Amino acid sequence: MRTPLFLVICLAVAAAVFAGAVAVGNDYVFFAGYVILQYVVLSTAWNILGGYCGYVNFGSAAFFALGAYSTVAIYKLIGANDLPHIVPMPVLMLVGGVVSGVVGFGMGYLTLRLRGAFFAIATLALAVVLQTLIVNWDFVGGSRGAYILRPEEVPLIGSYIKYLFLVMLLLAVGSLVIARLIERSRLGYGFATIRDDELAAEASGVPTLKLKLIATTISGALMGMAGAPFPYYIGYLQPSSTFGLDYAVNSIAMPLIGGTTSWVGPLIGTILLGSLQQIATVTISSAVNLLLVGVILVVFVIVAPNGVIGIVHTYWQRKPDDFVGRRRVETDVPGSVP
Amino acid sequence: MIFSFDLLINAIVSGILIGGFYAAVTSGVSLSFGILDIVNIAHPAFIILGSYVAYIVNATLGVDPILTAIVMMPAFYVLGAGIYQIYYVSFEKRGQESLRGLAFFFGLLFITEVSLVLYFGVDYRYVEAPYIGPTWHLGVVGMPLRMLVPCVVSLLLIACLQLVLTRTFVGRAIMAVAQDQLALRLMAIDPIRIKRIAFGISIATASLAGAFLIIIQPVEPSVGREYIGRVFAICVLGGMGSLPGAVIAAMLIGIVESLTSTFYGPSWAPAVSFGFLLLTLAVRPAGLLGR
Repeated sequence: MRTPLFLVICLAVAAAVFAGAVAVGNDYVFFAGYVILQYVVLSTAWNILGGYCGYVNFGSAAFFALGAYSTVAIYKLIGANDLPHIVPMPVLMLVGGVVSGVVGFGMGYLTLRLRGAFFAIATLALAVVLQTLIVNWDFVGGSRGAYILRPEEVPLIGSYIKYLFLVMLLLAVGSLVIARLIERSRLGYGFATIRDDELAAEASGVPTLKLKLIATTISGALMGMAGAPFPYYIGYLQPSSTFGLDYAVNSIAMPLIGGTTSWVGPLIGTILLGSLQQIATVTISSAVNLLLVGVILVVFVIVAPNGVIGIVHTYWQRKPDDFVGRRRVETDVPGSVP
Repeated sequence: MIFSFDLLINAIVSGILIGGFYAAVTSGVSLSFGILDIVNIAHPAFIILGSYVAYIVNATLGVDPILTAIVMMPAFYVLGAGIYQIYYVSFEKRGQESLRGLAFFFGLLFITEVSLVLYFGVDYRYVEAPYIGPTWHLGVVGMPLRMLVPCVVSLLLIACLQLVLTRTFVGRAIMAVAQDQLALRLMAIDPIRIKRIAFGISIATASLAGAFLIIIQPVEPSVGREYIGRVFAICVLGGMGSLPGAVIAAMLIGIVESLTSTFYGPSWAPAVSFGFLLLTLAVRPAGLLGR
């Protein structure tokens, strides 16, 4: 399928989703849907580095929070309550994306030359340090947090949450298209060689450091873009919840549960896990839903290493190539040398 | 601000004391991450588990937390050996430890933390012991016993570990397993068994480190997360798998953190270890006493 056609189909699906949400006529649908869409972006972004290159990022929350706090910084800088009328949301998202992308690049540059585990640990530590910085930065609210006034109405669309939902829907479509585009480009093949055997890739002339830096930057930037509208969604932004472990665990669990080798995986994982969490939060409690995510993650990585895509593929006895329409060698051969 | 010499000395001493505790926390990671190459990011969660075990026994029976921890070490050893078995069968054998193994430990960290929250709530818990409270004074220097006792016991623990690793057959096999598994097989040793023992020991140290933690400060389930960056920073800074290096690095980070919180405020202290980690990774990835 050509990319323009894929884009048109995605947009059509997105339009149908939006129309469906409007048809329900309840604002809760937008609030719940926004969270799921936000996770579509986060898990797709995580998968560009984690799934395609095989480098684990535990700091999704840090990149997400960077995006959110760059919005807060601009909000405080301009000091106007009607910021969205002066600086439109897409610009805020762009700023958030650039900030997170630059931080991702910097951290990648320092740690990606070493073994993969160092990068993973550095991302964990990054979340703690950025949180320390934000807590000590009074301008953006410090540990007290910051209030953001959400505008009531947006012309043409209606309530502000509808607008946020629409923005996030478009970002989700954008990130899926980017992920799919990467997957089928030279870049994607380069990423796959890094994941399969970095030493061999290096020896064959693949510029691995450059490719890894590209992946970290794109991944970080998308996470930052997902975070930028968040202050307007939540209304009150506070460091400990913005840097919460649930963003990190969800953005890892969703791709791993769906399947990491293709753009469909994170989407499937997010829709499954995201809806399950929304249901569990409403019916049981939010702590239990986090426990649920942890247990499902552990069970999936042990029992179904290739996620839902892997299960579907064994069920139908078809090659994953046929299912997702791309060619690559199966990586996880039993007994292969890591 | 007037520079106070007393304050400086006290900050350095308390940094050394807290460094002793960090060394205990890091010794387990030095074994699993440094020697076995298993990136056990769930280690802090096991430490918190150790804290809660010490808390439960202390609150119901009034037993000394360190004694509890030593008695509980075999149980933690079995837990560790069991986890390694799962890890080996599910990931190492299939060659998937880099991505899915990490996610597995991350999931374990998460499950432990949320389970503790669900069961005990997010209230801070603390223990009672005769040495919590009094302080020894040597001139201007104050040494709170609740810091001194964990530091001394922790150094004893590491000395024992170092002796086991360098003087016993199993210990030498543990040091060898990371370097050359094939050579180990040729000596008629099962590398998987050695790794299982080593990982069991690594988790057993978490029992003691957990008791130290709850002696030093009140504990709630998510405290462990603060230690992830710190522990790995110490492990890398000291040189992967080197216990003496880990002790030096732990003291160093303890002193710098203590100075930071004395002169700049405690809210900045968490950033110190990350700064050290990045600096080490950028300048000398092999660490202070690295191989």
